[in-house]
Amino acid sequence: MSTQHMPLWEVFIRPRNGLDHKHVGSIHAADSKMALQSARDVYTRREEGNSIWVVQSRDIIASDPDKAAENFDPAGDKVYRHPSFYDIPDDVGHM
Amino acid sequence: MKPAAALADALITLGDDHLILGHRLSQWCGHAPMLEEDLSMPNMALDMLGQARNLYTYAGGLENKGRNEDDLAYLRTDREYKNCLLVERPNGDFAHTMLRQLYFAAFMHPFWQAATTSADDKIQGFAEKAVKEIAYHIRHAGEWVIRLGDGTEESAQRMGEAVIALHGYTDELFSTTDTMQICIEANLLPDPERLRDQWDQTIEQVFAEAFLTIPEIPFPQEGGRDGRHTEDFGHLLSELQYMQRTYPGMTW
Repeated sequence: MSTQHMPLWEVFIRPRNGLDHKHVGSIHAADSKMALQSARDVYTRREEGNSIWVVQSRDIIASDPDKAAENFDPAGDKVYRHPSFYDIPDDVGHM
Repeated sequence: MKPAAALADALITLGDDHLILGHRLSQWCGHAPMLEEDLSMPNMALDMLGQARNLYTYAGGLENKGRNEDDLAYLRTDREYKNCLLVERPNGDFAHTMLRQLYFAAFMHPFWQAATTSADDKIQGFAEKAVKEIAYHIRHAGEWVIRLGDGTEESAQRMGEAVIALHGYTDELFSTTDTMQICIEANLLPDPERLRDQWDQTIEQVFAEAFLTIPEIPFPQEGGRDGRHTEDFGHLLSELQYMQRTYPGMTW
């Protein structure tokens, strides 16, 4: 199958109203209409969701794995960025 | 003939259309041109099979001869199957399979839509479920017919060949049997002849986008409704019935 006629698409499914679309995998398809149909056939056979997004894989801009150290490591020792230093009043309940 | 017996017979005919087309689609399982279609075609096959099961089970109860869905699906002889010839046509290439599915779905969609107002509650129920499934079959098969017809030189040529090979079998969709006529008059089932405009409209729309022309058919092929099938049908049945014939009454 040529990638010229059948480019790769990434598929995102929303399991229920109120939840976020989550990446579930990828498929090959000729265009956006067919991509949605294939995504429906491949990823919603067991009632996995009620909404589908597809986007061409080549349109996704990804961070460079080689730059993972400079991107992500600096956050490692900044525990004060987590909202874990507050006393939550009992009345608020579970957050 | 009593209305219940007529309805049972008509529903078995309708069930045969679904069983045989479902079996044809299932033959693609593991052989599709791409993984996406390897799931899509069995999905559609299972829709067809589910509809066949409903129809056979209900018909078996109505006719009251002690036949269940398995008896009807697996233990009849070729002349007892009344499916139209279109659904038994061999899969051919992917273009043939998609076009055959479009032809059948474009007929069944208005059929089930009309059947939602059947005088029979059960048929209403079947129709409400089936109409959603079959709407997707039109969309999926239709989009493929468009893309192949308006695709590469080779895909357009194959699509054109499929039209020539299959269009002559479409007229039989609109034919009726004696028992169907009884059911139509009793408002149990829709009259296929009245669905022709909608079928034409669906096909014309897809063909226009696919750059396909509807061929002239001087001699439409028919015979399935009388139990007269094409040569390929015997081979299909021998595969379909193998397990029940070899191990009678087997379940799993």
